[in-house]
Amino acid sequence: MAWDRNDMARRAAKEMEDGFYVNLGIGIPTLVANYIDDDIDVTLQSENGMLGMGPFPFEDEVDPDLINAGKQTITELRRTSYFSSADSFGMIRGGHIDLSILGAMEVAENGDLANWMIPGKMVKGMGGAMDLVAGVKRVVVVMDHTSKSGAPKLLHECSLPLTGKGVVDMVITNLGVFEIAEGGGMKLTELADDVSVDDVKSSTEANFEVAV
Amino acid sequence: MKKIFNDAKSALEGVVFDGMTVMSGGFGLCGIPENLIAALRDTGVKDLTVISNNAGVDDFGLGLLLQTRQIKKMISSYVGENKEFERQYLSGELELEFNPQGTLAERCRAGGAGIPGFFTKTGVGTLIAEGKEHKEFDGETYIMETGLVADLSIVKAWKGDEQGNLIFRKTARNFNPMMASAGKVTIAEVEEIVPLGSLDPDNIHTPGIFVQRIIKGEHEKRIEQRTVRERENA
Repeated sequence: MAWDRNDMARRAAKEMEDGFYVNLGIGIPTLVANYIDDDIDVTLQSENGMLGMGPFPFEDEVDPDLINAGKQTITELRRTSYFSSADSFGMIRGGHIDLSILGAMEVAENGDLANWMIPGKMVKGMGGAMDLVAGVKRVVVVMDHTSKSGAPKLLHECSLPLTGKGVVDMVITNLGVFEIAEGGGMKLTELADDVSVDDVKSSTEANFEVAV
Repeated sequence: MKKIFNDAKSALEGVVFDGMTVMSGGFGLCGIPENLIAALRDTGVKDLTVISNNAGVDDFGLGLLLQTRQIKKMISSYVGENKEFERQYLSGELELEFNPQGTLAERCRAGGAGIPGFFTKTGVGTLIAEGKEHKEFDGETYIMETGLVADLSIVKAWKGDEQGNLIFRKTARNFNPMMASAGKVTIAEVEEIVPLGSLDPDNIHTPGIFVQRIIKGEHEKRIEQRTVRERENA
């Protein structure tokens, strides 16, 4: 019945290809690293200035000078390089990163994305999210299909302030997978286990074509 | 001209004034100039505009300058880890300007490189783009962002020499090199001041021209999110 966080991360990992440079956001996207196919070679970028991000350290390896964009301690690999934030976002904005996987509050059927502020609540800031969605070649959103109160998150139009306009290429939720065409147009392409098209329709506001 | 100063307090003498703009390097608590931030607090300077990716935590980093209400305005990309910040912002005591992180980094780089403005596609179609000049290049829309300079930049490096040449370590580099270049006066605090000639000239990250004063600091290097994995038993 529907996918859990790990199922969604496992499905998102299938979007990776051999040789890809990938940026993973905070939350479920971080779990995607656990499911990268052994047969492909993928390099993870951390936007605070690192290519070739390794796993979390063992207790005796913790280094305060070595953190990821979520401010967690991490490790380096033999391939690792370090650089400034300007160079890091040069990679991102310049279209050198192949894939960005991140979370969202709302996605619209034209690919608009909202994930950084709720008016009236304390705004923490967009961090690197606006740069990532504007610059990375392909943007995949991983999120729960509805909000905690059950409200749809796949909408005709986003109600929250946007992070990027027409930037999302794919959405993976606990109910299935949607592709968004260049210029808009959402298509349901996969269903989670034991989920029907009607289940998806009843919890989605956005119009979508069914292609499962 | 001698660039090495004895400590953070003496390095700040003569360069601090109320209402000034200060760039402060670091990402989260990683690579922040913790000695210079504390010394800046002790000068009692007020009405600061601080340009920094983050705002520290309540009792460390830029949080120290928030506690004493020395900051009038922050320009940052993410300020989530600081309760005092939230309180001052919601009560209207503190101004806040959010910049996308890459835009902030590039604004500092541009300011230091004498570039007053540049075009980026980051933020097009969002609140960030409102009121900014839009321009099309090859059919794609971009917005204009401006370069930033500061009256004072405070940065943290791993090693430096008497000429102000700096080397950063791992992800503690982050915003420090661009901010070093964008300060009218730049002060670097380092973990070690090394003899001239001992840094490999091919591997200097920030050339000494960008650094006017340098001190050796004592660094707590606090960790925000200590995340570890368990060793499997053999």
